[in-house]
Amino acid sequence: MTDVSTESELFVATARAFLDKTAALSDHRDLHARGGSYDAAWWRQAADLGWTGLLVPEDLGGGSVSGCGLRDLAAIATEIGHTVAPGPLYPVSVVLAGLVDADNSDAHARSIAALIAGETVATWAADEPGRGFRPHQPGLTATSIAGGYRLNGVKDRVEAGDRADLVLIAARTDDGAPLQFLVRTDSTGIQVTPQPGIDLVKQYARIEFTDTEIDASAVVGTTAQTGALIDRQTQIAIVLVCAETVGILDAVMAMTVAWARDRYSFGRPLASYQAIKHRLADMTMWLHACRAITAGAVDKVAARDPDAAMWAGAAKSYLGEHAGRLIQECVQLHGGIGVTWEHDLHLYLRRATLYRNLFGTPAEHHQAIYAAANSTEPAA
Amino acid sequence: MTEPTVEAFAASARDWLAANMPRLDPQHPPRNGRDDDGAWQRARELQRRLYDGGFAGICFPREYGGLGLDLSYQKAFDAASAGYEMPLILNVPTFTICCATLLDTGSAEQKRRHISAALRGDEVLVQLLSEPSGGSDLAGLITRAERDGDDWVVSGAKTWSTSAFAADFGLLLARTDSTVPKHDGLTMFLVPVDAPGVTLRRIEQVDGSNEFCEEFFDGLRLGPDTVVGEVNKGWDVASRLLYHERRAVGQGSEFASGRGPERTEMAAGDFLTLAQDAGTADDPLTQDQIGRVLARRMVRDKLIDYAGRGMRSGELPPAAASIIRLFHSDVTYLEVDTAMAVAGPLGVVEDEAHLLRAGRRYLSRQTVGLGGGSDEMARNVIAERVLGLPREYAADRGVPFNQVRHNRL
Repeated sequence: MTDVSTESELFVATARAFLDKTAALSDHRDLHARGGSYDAAWWRQAADLGWTGLLVPEDLGGGSVSGCGLRDLAAIATEIGHTVAPGPLYPVSVVLAGLVDADNSDAHARSIAALIAGETVATWAADEPGRGFRPHQPGLTATSIAGGYRLNGVKDRVEAGDRADLVLIAARTDDGAPLQFLVRTDSTGIQVTPQPGIDLVKQYARIEFTDTEIDASAVVGTTAQTGALIDRQTQIAIVLVCAETVGILDAVMAMTVAWARDRYSFGRPLASYQAIKHRLADMTMWLHACRAITAGAVDKVAARDPDAAMWAGAAKSYLGEHAGRLIQECVQLHGGIGVTWEHDLHLYLRRATLYRNLFGTPAEHHQAIYAAANSTEPAA
Repeated sequence: MTEPTVEAFAASARDWLAANMPRLDPQHPPRNGRDDDGAWQRARELQRRLYDGGFAGICFPREYGGLGLDLSYQKAFDAASAGYEMPLILNVPTFTICCATLLDTGSAEQKRRHISAALRGDEVLVQLLSEPSGGSDLAGLITRAERDGDDWVVSGAKTWSTSAFAADFGLLLARTDSTVPKHDGLTMFLVPVDAPGVTLRRIEQVDGSNEFCEEFFDGLRLGPDTVVGEVNKGWDVASRLLYHERRAVGQGSEFASGRGPERTEMAAGDFLTLAQDAGTADDPLTQDQIGRVLARRMVRDKLIDYAGRGMRSGELPPAAASIIRLFHSDVTYLEVDTAMAVAGPLGVVEDEAHLLRAGRRYLSRQTVGLGGGSDEMARNVIAERVLGLPREYAADRGVPFNQVRHNRL
């Protein structure tokens, strides 16, 4: 068994080295100035390192390192967080999670293979304009036509929407039930418009479907299965953004503790003032709590625990309420340099803030947890 | 003798619990107030049943009356014991703090006698540490134990001793040499609480409870066998005790048996019921607030597991117990504040909904941030011993205790 942990450590260390060499934090501002995000060749290299196949069973061409692919993937997400690297890790992972769970996964074998190889990029379009995260209730419609469907409606806040070859969407079919489709973004009747976002290197887009005709082979799973697939995709997305956020918090905390030790005021290090130490102590508590609930949620989702959604929601809401608070404290403890463009803190703050409000705000998750507890807990 | 598997142990525990332990009835919660003498008597009886049934002291060594099994067995037993009345009030401080400290630092005779007596339900142990003269500066205490032949004679006062009125023995930290710096002149004693020379008074708290006590020592005579550890090495013993206390207060001790809320108002489903009673169960704001409490409790449970694993594996220093301790305050403040918010006006003026308890609980909100070392001390420990930041300046460091400045009052 010791080999397994060594292999996991090697896998993570390789990812770290790759990220440091090819996606350094110092490149962010340039990349942003050029309007860039990630390049396709880079993503193929990441795929070669094994990042894309972790949620895919071996018979479909995937495989994990530790025996728990989601844990391996979460470890990669945490490494990405350390340097807030770009790249479509969670969109591709979420789409793969949906495809491999679908009853008709064989029908999508070619797409799955191309996604694992990094030759194709897919994204999940879960949101629609003007409303919160409600992936189970698409407004987009899929009307039956001969041999397929005609799509009408709009998705937005789609990560890598203008770069992805494939987009996974849910739409209401003729009887009102939602069904998922994997659609080529170059299909006729699709218009993709970039949406400015808060992150410097993660790009989002709106995707409009106007009488877009798709073949019946685009269907993912069955109507009966759609709710469970969307649940799974949601949980995967949530634990990955949480794992990435944990990496962010690790990085800003280390940066801030080092700063507080090295920076002197009135002849003594900032870190010797009790007012500062107590704040760093609270931040340390939040960091460990974020790590603990994220690891717990990853395990629950990996095990497909019946309460996995609630655990993912607890992680998402806790991190949503504490990650930004922690980073803002780091900014405060850095003083004026913390609010400058040249300092790296805002790169981390951007990513954490982005994730806070995607895939459900803390309040939305609190309400969902309340509802879940209310339906399982008999009132005394 | 080979150990049973965890599964086999859990199965036999389930059978035994069903046959021997009283089931909890939500309509008629058991007496479990820490200030209730009857609750202590009941806890001793239940502990005796556990001992006779072979389920006491799961993680304590066999030679002292325990089962010598690891945490996985204790957790399996905890899961099995949900829904049964358990002697939960013996967990803190008797088992998780006092017995755990004796296990680390006591003499063979002390361990044999007191740990097994506690596991049989015959002895309740408490801590006699804090003093009226000071709070967080524990090592600055002034209760004296002076040599008289082979014996010691104790004079002084202790306070904030949880449940001392119900106890048989207490771990008492006293100054045995005031000519050396404060940490170097302390000795820990294990004292009978009902001995001549001890006067005990109960402290009434703002919520009407009186579980805490104050003790006055005047000529209390102790034999040499009452010293725990070595003379003038009492701080080493106290440090172990404080370590166990932080873990216990944060619910991270392997020596606690049974789980579930000691306080009935913290029972599962409490907040859902509260919202129904307050008539706000359909209000999205209330649902947000209560959902936050439920999420925070889930975070706490995972943090306890994670930090416990980290400390056992050495990835986290022992001082990381203070993270659990501080989070316990964080959760409790959120619970108390949320209950107050949800109760609204019903929490301050009683009506048929009976929510005045939420307001009363709010009045003693800070007890969680003061007991087991204050929140501020926990923050110091995290900053200095988890992060390794510079220590606070102390005017008494390295100074003989009898030259240190004390209270002006």
